[in-house]
Amino acid sequence: MSQFTLNLLVIGASFALYIGIAIWARAGSTAEFYAANRGVSPVMNGMATAADWMSAASFISMAGLIAFTGYDNSTYLMGWTGGYVLLALLLAPYLRKFGKFTVPEFIGDRFYSQTARIIGVICLLIISITYVIGQMTGVGVTFSRYLEVSNSTGLWIGAALVFCYAVLGGMKGITYTQVAQYIVLIIAYTIPAVFIAMQLTGHVLPQTGLFGTHDASGVKFLAKLDQVVTDLGFGSYTGHHNSTLDMVLFTLALMIGTAGLPHVIIRFFTVPKVADARKSAGWALVFIALLYTVAPAVGSMSRFNLTATMWPGAETGETFSQPAVSLDAIANDPDLQWMRNWQTTGLLNWEDKNGDGLIQYYNEAGAADAPVAAIIEEQGLVGNELTTVNNDIMVLANPEIANLPGWVIAIVAAGGLAAALSTAAGLLLAISGAVSHDLVKGAINPNISEKGELLAARVSMGVSILVATILGLNPPGFAAQTVALAFGLAASSIFPVLMMGIFSKRVNKQGAIWGMIAGMVSTIVYIFTYKGWFFVAGTNMLPDTPDAWLLGISPASFGTIGALINFGVAYLVSSMTEEPPVEVQELIESIRVPRGAGEAHSH
Amino acid sequence: MSDRQSSNAYWQANLRIIWISLAIWALVSYGFGIVLRPLIASIPVGGSDLGFWFAQQGSILIFIVLIFFYAWRMNKLDREHGVEE
Repeated sequence: MSQFTLNLLVIGASFALYIGIAIWARAGSTAEFYAANRGVSPVMNGMATAADWMSAASFISMAGLIAFTGYDNSTYLMGWTGGYVLLALLLAPYLRKFGKFTVPEFIGDRFYSQTARIIGVICLLIISITYVIGQMTGVGVTFSRYLEVSNSTGLWIGAALVFCYAVLGGMKGITYTQVAQYIVLIIAYTIPAVFIAMQLTGHVLPQTGLFGTHDASGVKFLAKLDQVVTDLGFGSYTGHHNSTLDMVLFTLALMIGTAGLPHVIIRFFTVPKVADARKSAGWALVFIALLYTVAPAVGSMSRFNLTATMWPGAETGETFSQPAVSLDAIANDPDLQWMRNWQTTGLLNWEDKNGDGLIQYYNEAGAADAPVAAIIEEQGLVGNELTTVNNDIMVLANPEIANLPGWVIAIVAAGGLAAALSTAAGLLLAISGAVSHDLVKGAINPNISEKGELLAARVSMGVSILVATILGLNPPGFAAQTVALAFGLAASSIFPVLMMGIFSKRVNKQGAIWGMIAGMVSTIVYIFTYKGWFFVAGTNMLPDTPDAWLLGISPASFGTIGALINFGVAYLVSSMTEEPPVEVQELIESIRVPRGAGEAHSH
Repeated sequence: MSDRQSSNAYWQANLRIIWISLAIWALVSYGFGIVLRPLIASIPVGGSDLGFWFAQQGSILIFIVLIFFYAWRMNKLDREHGVEE
């Protein structure tokens, strides 16, 4: 059976499963559409949250980000998991007790202000739409690589599928499809990792293999990796090379950004009780950790495999004990078929610059002081000859690099699609809830019937899928930058306002409104100053380099500062204006205790 | 009035548990994983050092333990103060 047929079968079967679940779990009421009737068990909700949260970026890109940077990018591992501690301790139980359907609804009620609610909707829409574009792009890329269709055909197929189950099932359908998608994606991520860990270290668990011994050379795997990459002029894998302050701020921005993402928060509205919301965050993190503790092993091991492919001597002995890989081997060796496959996608490329028939891979910037300098001198190298290595192939090409069977490759393709589709569906639900519940019912037509609201929710979801697909077809050139923007905004606008709404009785309407505006505007302005206005190249006012950053704070880390500005402004403005009314103070008292969560949504 | 006082005691106890949990949360990630890494660099863990382990694996495991500890402790506190569901 050809690889293409296998891919088609596995991906087709996974899609049939998702659609089957969606038909079984259709939503009939707004409570089912927005919150799955609050009947989801904490473990199931944890699994669905994990799929909701782990996007194409987690599945496809994160291991590559860690692979090529090493320790310094531990920020992603800690940042994207530590946020769940904040969610469990500071937000989820209280928002569940509040018992409404959307994040802006809480902001509007707690700060007794339609303006605050609308600002909440605007923040939510900017965050979720930038995020969903990235998912749709990921769907297009995965389809075009594995099903040999064009990028745009892939996107439309993905959009049609999401439309089927998200519009039909709402939160209820999405929850149960996400459970299935989690299972597909975690199997897809783990199988190649287990194979690779066994090949390199003899450990079945990638988590222990990372800290185990490299079988072929008999030294610790991480020590071996450090040796090989520093020989080639790269920074050491386990070493700390970046600014400590920026590392702390970036990790914090990812953590509070995670806790402030509306599509993650609304998942906790679906469980029956406050105690379940606390526990469910723990289960979510267990399921997320199954991938996040494997990712550093995948990153480091695939980095090693790639480097040892380029310098075959590195596998068993000294890096330069054998010549670099030859053009002849790349063209004919069946073990290197994957290089030829991935060259056609443009994610991997090489060029024999000095015409010696060998492809020498090294880091030009750090070569002068590294052992590779002698090789450069001896072989007359004029530059690094592995000209393109995209981060993403570390996961996508992994099974091929390690020579795993065809069905593993097909499962990885299905897993990448599951990760992108499940996140897209969660985001679309957050968007449609904000439009139909907060804008249509909350602001435009408060007397709308339940049936009318349900229709509005479905229509707005359909429209947002269309918008996301069109933007995904013509990414405005900022797909890669959207993470910084989405997390920066969630950190600087939504997280602080929710936290103050629960933990302070003194912060009032004016404080919340000006706090959100100050946090959001300062973060957007800081990002655009260095990245260009609306990410249009050339419109940045300062160069995007560590020297030009304010106190060395990178634009991606600024969400933390934006959050501090939000807190500061909110407290200052609140202290100069009147206290919140008595009924709001009573509302705060009531969300702080679990008792009575069952009836909270009926009034 | 007594209700209000009991819920105040409940809230104060909750805040204390949150502070302790967040102190551990910050210590393992920002502390051992980043800022204090040089201080514990002499403790080797599988080809690297303890700080590297905290940054890439240890803090995630402790986050999980923290959330389940908080959930268990709060359920107990809810019952002690009679505010459980």
